[in-house]
Amino acid sequence: MKLLGKSLLELKKLLEDKEISNKELRDYFLKRVRKYNPALNSLITVSSEKAHPTGVPLAIKDNFCTKGIRTTASSKVLDNFIPPYESTVTQRLLNHGLSILGKTNLDAWAHGSSTETSDYGPTKNPWDLSRVPGGSSGGSAAAVSAYISPAAIGSETAGSIRGPAAWCGVVGLKPTYSRVSRYGVIAMGSSLDCPGPLTQNIEDAAYLLGIIAGKDLYDATTSSLPAQNYLKELNLKNKLTIGVTDEYFEGVDAETKRMVDKSIAIFKKNGHKIKKIKLLSPQYAISVYTIIQRAEVSSNLGRYDGIRYGNARNYFADEAKRRVMLGTYTLSYGYYDAYYKKAQKVRTLIIEDFKNVFKDVDVIVAPTMPTSAFRLGEFEKYPFFGELMDVLAEPGAVSGIPAISIPIGLDAKNLPVGLQIMGNYFNEQTILSLAYQFEKETNYFGVIKKGFANYKD
Amino acid sequence: MSDYTPIIGLEIHVELKTRSKMFCQCPADHFAKKPNTQTCPVCLGLPGALPVPNKKAVDWAILLGLALNCKVSHESKFDRKNYFYPDLPKGYQISQYDQPLSTDGYLNIDGKRFKIHRVHLEEDTGKLLHVGTDTLIDFNRSGVPLVEIVTEPDFHDSEDVKRFLEELHTIVRYLGISDADMEKGSMRLEPNISVSLNINELPNYKVEVKNINSFRYVRNAIDFEVKRQIELLEKSEKPKQETRGYDEKKQTTYSQRSKEEAQDYRYFPEPDIPPMVFKEEYINKIKSNLPELPSAKLNRYVEKFNLKKQDAYTLSRDINVANKFETVLKIQVSDNIKPADIANVILNKKDRSSLTVEEIKEEVKKRKQPIHTDEKILALIIDQTLKSNPKVVEDYKKGRENAIMFLVGIVMREMKGRADAKLVIDKLKSRIEKLNAKS
Repeated sequence: MKLLGKSLLELKKLLEDKEISNKELRDYFLKRVRKYNPALNSLITVSSEKAHPTGVPLAIKDNFCTKGIRTTASSKVLDNFIPPYESTVTQRLLNHGLSILGKTNLDAWAHGSSTETSDYGPTKNPWDLSRVPGGSSGGSAAAVSAYISPAAIGSETAGSIRGPAAWCGVVGLKPTYSRVSRYGVIAMGSSLDCPGPLTQNIEDAAYLLGIIAGKDLYDATTSSLPAQNYLKELNLKNKLTIGVTDEYFEGVDAETKRMVDKSIAIFKKNGHKIKKIKLLSPQYAISVYTIIQRAEVSSNLGRYDGIRYGNARNYFADEAKRRVMLGTYTLSYGYYDAYYKKAQKVRTLIIEDFKNVFKDVDVIVAPTMPTSAFRLGEFEKYPFFGELMDVLAEPGAVSGIPAISIPIGLDAKNLPVGLQIMGNYFNEQTILSLAYQFEKETNYFGVIKKGFANYKD
Repeated sequence: MSDYTPIIGLEIHVELKTRSKMFCQCPADHFAKKPNTQTCPVCLGLPGALPVPNKKAVDWAILLGLALNCKVSHESKFDRKNYFYPDLPKGYQISQYDQPLSTDGYLNIDGKRFKIHRVHLEEDTGKLLHVGTDTLIDFNRSGVPLVEIVTEPDFHDSEDVKRFLEELHTIVRYLGISDADMEKGSMRLEPNISVSLNINELPNYKVEVKNINSFRYVRNAIDFEVKRQIELLEKSEKPKQETRGYDEKKQTTYSQRSKEEAQDYRYFPEPDIPPMVFKEEYINKIKSNLPELPSAKLNRYVEKFNLKKQDAYTLSRDINVANKFETVLKIQVSDNIKPADIANVILNKKDRSSLTVEEIKEEVKKRKQPIHTDEKILALIIDQTLKSNPKVVEDYKKGRENAIMFLVGIVMREMKGRADAKLVIDKLKSRIEKLNAKS
């Protein structure tokens, strides 16, 4: 049977109907791993068949603790770390009969927007091996894009799901902060970290969100609002008011802009109302994000003191060291008020800003990234370049609202471009449904299919 | 030399005896357990693990704040205190910085008021075991709930400190929130000591003394420190800002580490735990669980039951003993029983805590039963006593009324207590008179 390009839900059905066996399915993806992973470096650990013999195999970002499967966060500090426990997200996936194919590459400790800071080498963009996949969930996005895995789990702190989804031409959903448990996710920016799915379509994203969302007794910050059956309610029932703001088009590459405009025209054609709105400049979110995230990083990485986990502190690479130093500085006595506290105040303003806007509109659409994928090595030249690339994702991350990035075509360089739909708190359903309608209408202009076609069986 | 005034503040850590730890479900009772058998990803600080606060521990810490007359904060939160030490697996301790659970309390001891600065909740660390040249870590204690009580520097006398700590210890046991066992380390005392020529002026240094496991040793440590510091100041040397340990054998303190540079803990709000909001009703509900505290009990015993202050104090030290006293009091064992009778039965026993209500009841009953006196034997014993104590008899005759009590004591002893005291006095007096008339 031809499996290439089958969605997670389709594969699940084939398994359930006994059209294929668990072994066949697993072997199929293992074969693709062997064939394409050496060039892409999307997976850095493949789980043993013994550990996960049944269920549709998924690729899991390597900052999720997986019991018995090495978990490194792509840092050599954790080169030998095999967690004795399972993260809530992976546990819930396993409980639903899914399995783990392997662990995907990321920027070390999820610090980055290109997956180049991984201690296990960069992941390559499946559309152009000389380019980065985006980051930090670059391995997960590349795995889905090249059909090494039918779907993947990533995590976002600011743009780490949406960014690579846009640059690799797949669907990436960042749920509301506190919608999905962080238990077992190696902490980066604790008040921002957010697990979510990367998929080839909306149904798979809705299905996976339905599994991983909801209250977790092991994460005190998870919301007690019950998770919904997102898959069942995908058909949009009413017309929406879609907010568009000029602030999110500043500095955006002309071609990307044109493609986003084209997509907005499609929303309009489908009967939705487009409304001009005003939001705080995303520039503020960069400052807020940089301070809060660095502060939390400096504390979260303190435990890797060389006494446990095998490797000593000198295994930290430059990016982590830079972040720890900056975070330590901003939290220091006498500087706390000027930096951390002030950042939290501005954060509150950004939250208020979104809350106000969502009184007038149902969703906000904007480009996901200012451009399409960069070449390898370009990020390294500029400090904070990652933050500047993530500028359009950071307000959403800082405020904690949900957002989804979907492919809207290929640019002149034959690289995917993404559009993001941001929604109100806990309103994942609306952004999924709007994206679903767009998917039905456009089939993402064939981006997903073209991506798979480059990676034949 | 006597112009210097000691200025002492206290930091007290109390381990709560909740069933589970502060932020995970591991058992909190870690004493004498096999090392590293009561741990999980959370209290080991494994990558990705998250803390979930123990509600009972929060309630109990609030209860203690209320018992210490503190204001309970309506909004409180946890913070991270970042520092490196091998017994701290996360690289930070979850504690409370600028919004402790309660603040501004006090405790009155013998008419003196000692102010409580704050009461907050945090987690205990693991334990280091030094074996030969190796250091081993036991994480069983890691994450056990710990309440920290910080007083104002209101103490000027080591005896006051001792009394305060004894009272605090009794209160904690009354609340049933900790064993407060100093031998096991479930109550830890750290006095901050300095001396000043001006009682209203805090000196620009302080010495913290750690590892003290009895109230008496706290007093000794303070006395030693005050003397040591005054001697230094007299030589125009400023005592070093440092942490010192206490050597109970030598009754001295010794330098542990210098604290000249204030450590920067880089406190910031713990992002893994949402801030806590306590409504007035919630605090009132906790308040309604507050038992009558030892000092109130003592006063009631003196005022309502006419007990001697010392007796009331002894009875009220242990809530279990006090409860037994009050239970027997309510039973109405028999007529004419005074609270003091019950108190005496309890106080006469050495092992008061093992005494049962039933035993107290029986003993009180026995004591109150009229004693049958064998008058024949009594007459013989009285005669014998008078004969062998002529000098005492003479004293009595000369008008020394007390002398008769001495004789009563001898007779009662000879009768092995099986005689009614009043009858013995009457018989003694009439016998002496009779003999007097004869002569």
